[in-house]
This record gives sequence, structure tokens and C-alpha cells, in this order.
Amino acid sequence: MTHENEWPLWEVFIRGQHGMSHRHVGSLHAADAEHAIRNARDVYTRRNEGVSIWVVEAAKITASSPSDKGPLFDPARDKVYRHPTFYDIPEEVGKM
Amino acid sequence: MYAQMVQSTGKGLQDRKEMSPEDQAFQDRIDRGEKIEPKDYMPDAYRKTLIRQIGQHAHSEIVGQLPEGNWITRAPTLERKANLLAKVQDEAGHGLYLYCAAETLGVSRDELVEMLHSERMKYSSIFNYPTLTWADMGAVGWLVDGAAIMNQVPLQRTSYGPYARAMVRICKEESFHQRQGYHIMIKMAKEGTADQKRMAQDALNRFWYPALMMFGPSDKESVHSAQSMAWKIKINTNDELRQKFVDETVPQAEFLGLTIPDENLRWNDETGHYEFSEPDWSEFFEVISGNGPCNVERLNARRKAWDDGAWVREAMLAHARKSQKRAQAAE
Ligand SMILES: [Fe+2]
Ligand SMILES: [Fe+2]
Repeated sequence: MTHENEWPLWEVFIRGQHGMSHRHVGSLHAADAEHAIRNARDVYTRRNEGVSIWVVEAAKITASSPSDKGPLFDPARDKVYRHPTFYDIPEEVGKM
Repeated sequence: MYAQMVQSTGKGLQDRKEMSPEDQAFQDRIDRGEKIEPKDYMPDAYRKTLIRQIGQHAHSEIVGQLPEGNWITRAPTLERKANLLAKVQDEAGHGLYLYCAAETLGVSRDELVEMLHSERMKYSSIFNYPTLTWADMGAVGWLVDGAAIMNQVPLQRTSYGPYARAMVRICKEESFHQRQGYHIMIKMAKEGTADQKRMAQDALNRFWYPALMMFGPSDKESVHSAQSMAWKIKINTNDELRQKFVDETVPQAEFLGLTIPDENLRWNDETGHYEFSEPDWSEFFEVISGNGPCNVERLNARRKAWDDGAWVREAMLAHARKSQKRAQAAE
């Protein structure tokens, strides 16, 4: 349903002052990447929310589909041995 | 509220027995408090009702810039001008967050704008009242943003993920709006000259009932509310929110030394709530259907902004396409 003369949609990711990674904050329309960065600055960082902005054209993002939730994520569930607490280490060994 | 008259497409609350298995599973997800995301299954009526609700909300933020924009160039001090400019800019941001949330439901931005301009989509009745004096900037921030907050805080828990997340961002920004408005009222009503006090009282007189109308008509008779509440796209009834607004606002008016323009206003010890007069609902229906004092002016301003900006939108797109072609040719 998109109009062909509409500016494309961009997804915006921002890393905050003390953030470890960029986080998705929303989306916006812009003619090109440079314009998207400028708009993202106005729309999503009016209160010092970020020190770095990424923009990605929404059409270029491939997302997993909700119906794949089972096949994709269930296999990780029963692999408790991937967590450190699975392994009992005798107390006399000390902190590990 | 900002979406005062959202007609759901269904005929009231759907019985579980009438639901398809997918719709039952969908309702179960909502009942468990799960968020619905754009690619998830959703009934057509849920999608359509949400597009209307979020669209109305977005349009209200955008049109809502006009009554306050009216005073930016005439603010009494440079500081007030900067405050008001920042507030109006926030409202533009709110509109943009919400348009994006609506777009995840499969409607395009241009379609939404077109529906506003052709009057197939509404915006809040409150923005069809004129802002006649500087005191109105105080009254609008205090009462209109105050009423908006009352409605938007519970919507942070709405079932549709993108809408809920937009609401979280909006609520974070909204409280500055109300406080800057109340601050203007303090300056005028408590610390001002006799004339300024009169202006503040006059602004309250004009905005009180339109602010009460923002919550929409009583939903006792509404067939749409029950379905929207089952879907958790409406969290409280209109009457509940209106009562909460009155209960919070009356003491704030007292602090300012202003009088709420309602002879029937009185505290009820038994209920623990204020009793108050209903606004004139016939006026509300007139305003919402296009016959308020500023409807024509507001829509014309939006259409003009859209038309005047057309060459910019086209030129930027043409430039982007040309640069892209050049970059590809150079590869
Ligand atoms: Fe807003
Ligand atoms: Fe606001």
C-alpha cells in the first residue's frame, strides 16, 4: 500500500551516552540516508538521548517470522549445559 | 480523547463462541498480557480499529501544533518563546512516532495524511477552539496536555507493541508540556496584575468544558468501547478518565486562585470524588463533525502546508534517486 512518491521508511538505532550498543528507537521517512540521519537527530534525540545514530532502510531488513518462533528458539531451551550453573565445582576450589 | 470517537468495525463485543480458532488464540494472547507485533496474526477488525485510533491520535498531535504555534512569534519573553517552540516541536515528534506505529499496520503515511485532508479521519475536537490570549498557552498546557497525559499513561500498556512503545516515548516528554503551561498560569494568576489574573480566569472559562470533552462522550451506551477494552486498545472508560482529570485539576485551580466555571462543582465525601457538570454534548458533536469555531482554518492550514511542501518532497526524492543512479554507475 505504499505510494511510489513517498520517501522510503528508515529504521533508527541510537546508542546512548552510557549504552553498550545501538538500540532500535523507531522509524521515519527520508529521501536518502543522509537525510534520514538528520531527521533522526530531530525526531529521536531532542533530549540528549544519543551519541551515535544508525539508520537502515526498512525494506533492507530481514526479520524472523513469528511462526518460526518454535523451530528457531526452542532448541536452545533444553541446553542447560550452556550455562555456568550446570557445572558443580567443589567449594574448596574457590571462586570460579 | 485524542481519539475521541473511534468506531470499531465490529458490532460490539464479540462472543468467544463466534470466534474462529485463530481469533480465540489471539484473544488468549491479549488476555495473557502478551504484546501483538506487526507480523503477528490479528483479526481484521482489530487492525482496522487500531489504524483509526492511532491515526486519529497522530492527526491530533499534528493539528494540535496550530493553536500553540499561533503564539510562538508573540511570546512575552525569549525564554517563553524557546519553551513553547520546544513544546510544539515535541508535538510534531509525537505525531511522527504515531504515524510510524500506524504504518506498521499496513497503511501508508500518504494515505493517512490524505484521509485527514479529505476529512475521512478525525482529530481531537479540542484543537478547533481559538487561542485568543497568551493565557491560553497556560490553559492549553495545563488542561489540554494534562488531559492528554491522563489518557496516554494507561495506553503505555496497550496490546499493540508499536503503539505501546510510542506511548512510552510520548509520556516521557509530556509532563514538561503540562508543567510549562501551569507555570504560565502561576505567573499570570498568582503573581500577575489584575488584568493578567482576569486573562487567566478567562482562559480557564473557555477551555474547561472543551477539555472535559477531550475524553469523549460517556461510553455507557457505546457498543465500540467494550470490544476495544477486550482488545486492550482502550484501558479505561471515558467517564473514569474524565473523573480522574476533574479530581486532579480542581485543587490545581484552587492553588492558582481561579474558579472552575461550574456552579455544580462540589466535593462528595462519600464517593471521594468531585461532582461536576457534563459539557454540552451537542456542542461536542457539532465540533467533531466539522462545525467548530476553527475547523475550517485548521484543515486549510494543514492542506496548505502539505501543498506548499510538495515541491520539496519531490525535489528531495528526485535528488536521492539521481545520486543513487550515479553511485551505481560509478561502481
Ligand atoms: Fe503530544
Ligand atoms: Fe503535549
